[in-house]
Amino acid sequence: MITVDIQKGLGTFDLDVQFEAPKGVTAIFGRSGSGKTSLVNAVAGLLRPDTGRITVGDAVLFDGATRQHLPPHKRRIGYVFQDARLFPHMTVQRNLTYGGAHDAARVIDVLGLSHLLERMPAGLSGGERQRVALGRALMCDPQLLLMDEPLAALDAPRKAEILPFIERLRDEVETPMLYVSHDVSEVARLATTLVVLEAGHVVASGPVGQVLSQPETMPLVGVRAAGAVITTKVAGRLLDDGLTELAFSGGRLILPGILGVLGQTIRVRIPAQDVILATVAPEGLSALNVLPVEITRVEQGRGPGVAVGLRAGNDHLLARVTRRSALRMNLAVGQKVYAIIKATAVGPEDIGQ
Amino acid sequence: MINALGPAEWTAIWLSLRVALVATLAALPVAIWVAYILARKSFPGRQLLNGLVHLPLVLPPVVTGYLLLVLFGQQGPVGSLLYQTFGISFAFRWTGAALAAAIMAFPLMVRAIRLGFEAVDPGLEAAASTLGASRMRVWRTVTLPLVVPGILAGAILGFAKALGEFGATITFVAAIPGETQTIPTAIYGLLQVPGSEPAVLSLVIVSVILAMGALILSEWLARRMAKRVTGR
Repeated sequence: MITVDIQKGLGTFDLDVQFEAPKGVTAIFGRSGSGKTSLVNAVAGLLRPDTGRITVGDAVLFDGATRQHLPPHKRRIGYVFQDARLFPHMTVQRNLTYGGAHDAARVIDVLGLSHLLERMPAGLSGGERQRVALGRALMCDPQLLLMDEPLAALDAPRKAEILPFIERLRDEVETPMLYVSHDVSEVARLATTLVVLEAGHVVASGPVGQVLSQPETMPLVGVRAAGAVITTKVAGRLLDDGLTELAFSGGRLILPGILGVLGQTIRVRIPAQDVILATVAPEGLSALNVLPVEITRVEQGRGPGVAVGLRAGNDHLLARVTRRSALRMNLAVGQKVYAIIKATAVGPEDIGQ
Repeated sequence: MINALGPAEWTAIWLSLRVALVATLAALPVAIWVAYILARKSFPGRQLLNGLVHLPLVLPPVVTGYLLLVLFGQQGPVGSLLYQTFGISFAFRWTGAALAAAIMAFPLMVRAIRLGFEAVDPGLEAAASTLGASRMRVWRTVTLPLVVPGILAGAILGFAKALGEFGATITFVAAIPGETQTIPTAIYGLLQVPGSEPAVLSLVIVSVILAMGALILSEWLARRMAKRVTGR
């Protein structure tokens, strides 16, 4: 358990953040300039808060009241920077073992680094660099792993190359992680807990599925990025059509691609703008997924859109429709409607393990 | 050409090399330290220190030499103190020539080394500290290796400057053959004597060779180091 409660004047705005991060991946989400990096720097010890307290487990890293500030090198916190920050004058091998060689063989194996060990950082691709940086942080045997937009500088194929590694770390290694991102897909795939920052303040926090499916969250993450995250199990594989059937409490979803083995848990993010609402069960429709749902919330946004919270079984979905449609359909809390989701609207970047 | 170099000229050449080498080696640690704090630290009096370091660059060398004479001469406050406590004397000795050369070369060394420090990404040092490295280890394993090209450039620039120092040297320690007469002061002295053109010419050629050699060496070292540092 990580607890953060810090205040720091940053010139243009004040960082004033309180949150708790349980086990697993806690995503720090926010626009650029919202204080995400300052926050993780404070946890790493690279930035000294004015007041407050930071603890990891039983260890107090910072306490403003007792003027306690553990220097970074005594914190045992692994930090993966956006720009990798490999030492340019050392080989990959020396970079990796700079802080220690904890579990070296397995880290090298998991991250696929064995063929890079003798190379110099300048000759590596962006994705390789980030993998080395991740390995270097892990070999210190950190009690907490910080990742500051480790994928932001990479193109989509490189991202796809690294995300599975991070998923494996989350599932296999006990080390808790703080993961800074401004990409909702990444957050939806990786995070267990979500903390949304705006201008240095926490504006929403909680389990990722819960936070992302609240209509109030929509303006915070941006209307195009908003969408609920649901946890499903693979219930059937329609191999002939290249489709996978996923079961969750609200029914079944059919999505393109072969997404794993039977019974496997899959996380799916359903973008709010790709959910269509109908008051009667539609017929003669190409969309494969029609779910009966109940409206839990209708949230008027600033623009022409309306965010509609939906309950499907015990799970929550989020739809974005125009105000005009909402008025015409008389959408109201408690109303039973149908949510239509086009199978291809859920992209591969929205599907995680 | 070499025939024109008499024993007096050879003495001047060896003395010049010794003076320049001692001046560079003595000034280097101080220059590294000053360059580091100017590049990285903010403290009251930073601008004052910066100005003081650069003073010998803008002051007429004769003025610098005169100030050295006043401060470090046998009767000067610093000079008498050093003589009484350590028995070190600068006045009209080759050590004085080295001191003058070091003072004159110092700003050039600091400038080059400071650029080296400014080119090192502080983010790398922060990364090293998160990996458990103490400040001493960060300095030794990250900062210093990355700044070595800048230090070499500064050292060679300083050496070349020390080799050619004239104004402050001749003012502070005069041009005593065998003790303080370096190549530039020897050339100047020979120019006052009719019929010594061949000796002058040879010394000029030696100067050019030494200067070119230092430049080529520095370029070569810089390229080698850059290769090592960036791994390309």
